[in-house]
Amino acid sequence: MMRTVSAAETAPTIHPWAVHAEGLRVRAGRHLAVDGLDLALGTGVHGLLGPNGAGKTTLMRALATVLKPAGGRLTLLGEPVDARANLRPVRRALGYLPQQFGFYPRFTVREFVEYMAWLKEMPKTAIPGAVQRAIDRVGLQAKAGARMKTLSGGMLRRAGIAQAIVNDPAVLLLDEPTVGLDPEQRLEFRELLRDLGVDSCVVVSTHLVEDVATACTDVVMINEGRLVYQGTTDDLVTQGGEGDAGDSPAERGYSALLRRHRAAAGR
Amino acid sequence: MTTHPSPAMIARYADREADLDEVTAWSVEVHLEDCADCRALVADSTTDDTRTLLARIAASVDHDIAAGPAPERRRRWSAARNRWLVWQLVPWLTMTVAVLGCAVLLQALRPDLPSLVSLLAPVAPLPGVAIAWSRRHDPAWELIAGTPAAGLAMLLRRTAAVLVVVVPALALAGTRTGASLALTLLPCLTFTAATIALGAFVGVRFAALGLGVAWTLAVVVPAVVTTHLPAVMQPGSSPVWALLTLALAGFAATQANNFRRLSSHN
Repeated sequence: MMRTVSAAETAPTIHPWAVHAEGLRVRAGRHLAVDGLDLALGTGVHGLLGPNGAGKTTLMRALATVLKPAGGRLTLLGEPVDARANLRPVRRALGYLPQQFGFYPRFTVREFVEYMAWLKEMPKTAIPGAVQRAIDRVGLQAKAGARMKTLSGGMLRRAGIAQAIVNDPAVLLLDEPTVGLDPEQRLEFRELLRDLGVDSCVVVSTHLVEDVATACTDVVMINEGRLVYQGTTDDLVTQGGEGDAGDSPAERGYSALLRRHRAAAGR
Repeated sequence: MTTHPSPAMIARYADREADLDEVTAWSVEVHLEDCADCRALVADSTTDDTRTLLARIAASVDHDIAAGPAPERRRRWSAARNRWLVWQLVPWLTMTVAVLGCAVLLQALRPDLPSLVSLLAPVAPLPGVAIAWSRRHDPAWELIAGTPAAGLAMLLRRTAAVLVVVVPALALAGTRTGASLALTLLPCLTFTAATIALGAFVGVRFAALGLGVAWTLAVVVPAVVTTHLPAVMQPGSSPVWALLTLALAGFAATQANNFRRLSSHN
């Protein structure tokens, strides 16, 4: 079968960064959880690290266009994402796995992913194939017909990842995707991340420095709503010395950076 | 489509030794994709080796398909069974219908009271609408809030699902008690539109709550106490209700952007 390639598919990208934030401020309730963050992310897998309460989830929700930024500029795929913007075209190219991800218990996995694909306004004829592919990629083939309420925690997480990647997003946001996955599934998931990062911008928020060290090309560290560090994974490793806390070079680098940042902020 | 390539050209296309320029090869190739007759010609002009190879591949593909898992059967999507909204709304709509039933009964017992069905009509759809667009009651709201489909259209679809039940119930209750049909259904639509318009600013849940309380305090309670139907429910007021509905619906349509993020207020 031949199909017509639309002009939009062949158009060159004219934005330098898939995700670009300048002085971004986002509120979580009354508290300013992201406070003046500057961030520029291109293609690749970016690991978002930070201690509890650093503003990771709030940042992810703002990037997913769920929260309205309180100030600053946020541009996704070259389109401004502010209060007045038409979010529709940007949202079609987004994939998002929230930290606490709710679902309809009566849906089967396939129905759930199908429903999300429909909400993402994918063409009707492309949905069944895309759904099967997404389910295959997270390894849930055997459970595709099972109801969501019968799934274990790790399987639910994988169903969540499947709905996030079903539309082949240009910007994929995964908030704590490895929670509940067993070691083998974590390895498979890292493989999937590397695969996805080839041609899209993947942001993975996590507590696990090991996940970042092995699967991410790039590290973004934030603390108290501000950017602490952005660099490659190898760079993170070189930051740590023998005296720093941690069981691996990456962990030592992480704790060294955090300690230095806190010392600088305390002065 | 262009005319068929000559058999000689097809023979040269099929023969890997023959020297066929690229442009011709492409045009033949494009033609072959759509023309079964010419594909048969290509198949005829191949060698026996190729044909046995193709037969072997076809047999092994068939075997793998037969050995693999059966393709997923297309089930018919049953909206009533699978939609979350349907199950979530059942208790609230049951309550609404039960309250309207009580109003009809009370009317039969105490004919001297003002028409209770008319008095309750404006607030009847509000609980359902509030539940249909509330982050506390929609487990997947954060997922949905990030999708392009989230917005006024989705809210209207969910509101329509509520009205599909509430409007016939109101019409039935209205005809039972002899209340004016226009003065039962129009206020119901007006308050639905008002909830959406106000919901653009304070969230649908708060809007429904506020409007419900305001109507009860300002109209229902005085009417029951004085046993007089208030002026807003007198027969002449239906054009006002109709105009108000149109104005509020138009206003809500201009505020569509405020519903893009489900989390704004709800």
